[in-house]
Amino acid sequence: MSGTENRTPLIRLAKRSEMPPRTIWAIRVASIIVALILGCIPMILTGNSPIEAYGVILKGSVSRPIYLKQTIKIAIPLLGCALAIAPCFKMRFWNIGAEGQITMGAVAATYFALFWVGKVPHVALLAIMFLAGAVAGGIWGLIPAYFKARWNTNETLFTLMMNYIAIGIVAWLQGGPWEGRKGSQLIPMFNDAARLPQVFGVHCGWIIVLVLVVIMHIYMTRTKQGYEIAVIGDSVNTARYAGMNVGWIIMRTMFISGAICGIVGFIIVSGANFTLYKGVANGVGFTSITVAWLSQLNSFAMIVISMILAILEKGANTLQTRMQVPASIADIITGILLFCMLSCEFFINYSLIFRHKVKEEAKA
Amino acid sequence: MTTIITLITAAVTFGTVLMYGTLGEILTEKSGNLNLGVEGIMYMGGAFGLAGAFYYEKAAGAAVSGPLAIIIAIAAAFAAGMAASAIYSFITVTLRANQNVTGLALSIFGTGIGQFVGEFMRVSEGGYVALSNDLKGVFSAQVFPKFLVDIPVIGSILFSHTIFFYLAIAVAVLMYLFLAKTRYGMYLTAVGESPSTSDAAGINITKYKYLATVIGGGISAIGGMVYIMTTAGCVWNHEGLSGVGWLAVALVIFCMWRPLNAIWGSVLFGAMMIMYLRVSIPFIPTEIYKILPYIVTVIVLILTSMRNSRDRQPPASLGLNYFREER
Repeated sequence: MSGTENRTPLIRLAKRSEMPPRTIWAIRVASIIVALILGCIPMILTGNSPIEAYGVILKGSVSRPIYLKQTIKIAIPLLGCALAIAPCFKMRFWNIGAEGQITMGAVAATYFALFWVGKVPHVALLAIMFLAGAVAGGIWGLIPAYFKARWNTNETLFTLMMNYIAIGIVAWLQGGPWEGRKGSQLIPMFNDAARLPQVFGVHCGWIIVLVLVVIMHIYMTRTKQGYEIAVIGDSVNTARYAGMNVGWIIMRTMFISGAICGIVGFIIVSGANFTLYKGVANGVGFTSITVAWLSQLNSFAMIVISMILAILEKGANTLQTRMQVPASIADIITGILLFCMLSCEFFINYSLIFRHKVKEEAKA
Repeated sequence: MTTIITLITAAVTFGTVLMYGTLGEILTEKSGNLNLGVEGIMYMGGAFGLAGAFYYEKAAGAAVSGPLAIIIAIAAAFAAGMAASAIYSFITVTLRANQNVTGLALSIFGTGIGQFVGEFMRVSEGGYVALSNDLKGVFSAQVFPKFLVDIPVIGSILFSHTIFFYLAIAVAVLMYLFLAKTRYGMYLTAVGESPSTSDAAGINITKYKYLATVIGGGISAIGGMVYIMTTAGCVWNHEGLSGVGWLAVALVIFCMWRPLNAIWGSVLFGAMMIMYLRVSIPFIPTEIYKILPYIVTVIVLILTSMRNSRDRQPPASLGLNYFREER
């Protein structure tokens, strides 16, 4: 008896069978709360009261309509981009090139904003910019996908390098061909005809992304293409045996993903910045990975999560001016949120079996 | 001729930063862990390395000792890198979460921490954090005696560098010897190639994965510190450091997971990173010139995937978690 007891490890793991969805979401919400508590550590270490700090974050982001509008403005690209990333991640294609796809979409939209203004009517110009952004972003995403499909080239690094290349191209345009006043290193501000109209005080990009939420939800859950993506994500071999053309699906999905990122780029330049500069994507491509993953690739959950992260980001800026806490606290908390969310999946998928429990079972 | 020599010395300076990042990641990936958090780890190494040296000098005052400052900076960076990769190891090895996303999370978290520490030091010290000029000199001092450095051509190419370059080469050689000549190195390679076989052979998978990842993270972090203390002039400068960690991850593929290749590989990439400052090419704008290393990386990625020969493969289990009960 004692011999077998020693051989049983203190803690064993076993795959859990189905858990009720309510419990799963309860665990996930709990992990977000744990993350917010862990986020207090850097604040305490730097001598600030976490309660006060979280208070400032909330006050600075939602307490007045004007703050709320700014927060929503931050959330729009995050949400749009998370929608774009979701199908890739579902497919286990690690697209971390959203930053570059946003930038290229913004470049294409800016081209028409600068050189076609006055030649076509307002609405037509915006439609052209929208399409140009989508196509340019899509092509930027298609390049790594082609090599992935053809030669299985590492897509993580490829998409990432494409970010730096896109940003370099904008830096060149800024100081070269598209420079406004000589020596300013700035591209001129857009004409009013190339700016998105405002609806309820925020540019109408929010309508575009909310429409995209519904479309992506239907695409991922109700269409054949969405199903193909899910199968590839589970097992590439299963997809092959089922006769799917995996390479083609990868390229098609990446084009769609890049196109949505490109649309986000168009929304940013035409709705928020009214000009193009090399920091146009401003880390959105990376933060939206967090949005996509925290919401478990669920389109509607992304609305909530992108708002939470936008509140964090907007509030952290207030925090920096009010309490001298560096705004990068937002990145730290975002990272911790991701860590906790990744960790909690373990408790959803596996159950821990302790040694004494086994003994009880044996007795019974 | 002088242009080429200055180019090479500058390339070595920048290449040293990449070399630490690459070597650390090679060790990590040998265990089958694909740690994409190198970017964050190097930020943390840079910020904590600077903090270590700065607060040491503040505490010691006039009695400050150069070599001790270097040791403290290395230790602080190494510890920061170890802590960061310990988080990564816990989440991927023990909790079996997806390695890609965990690595990305570590990138976001680490760059946040690095920025936070750098900014916090700046604010709490009243605007400017920099070492005294004497101590700055120590970090970028040449280690070999002057008569060696003065040898024409060879002197400045081989002997004019800082201690960190020679230390990086020592790490590379030691890592090569460890992986190729020692039993534990063989075990580590086996773990990365086939965890289930190694497990059956009685090797403690968890221990090897943890140790390789944590030590690898420590080595990578030194790279960030070296950048801040040499190229950036002992001042927190996150812009110069951004993207370096990702290049290091790409360099691991370029070097085919071999530590000795990392020596010339990183110097080559170091050259591409700084070439726009030293060698001007007519008709190519600077901003386009600056993206050269990224374009070359893309080409390298494509070519290595096309060639696909049997002895140039990543560790077979790279990126996959091991769960004994799942066989």
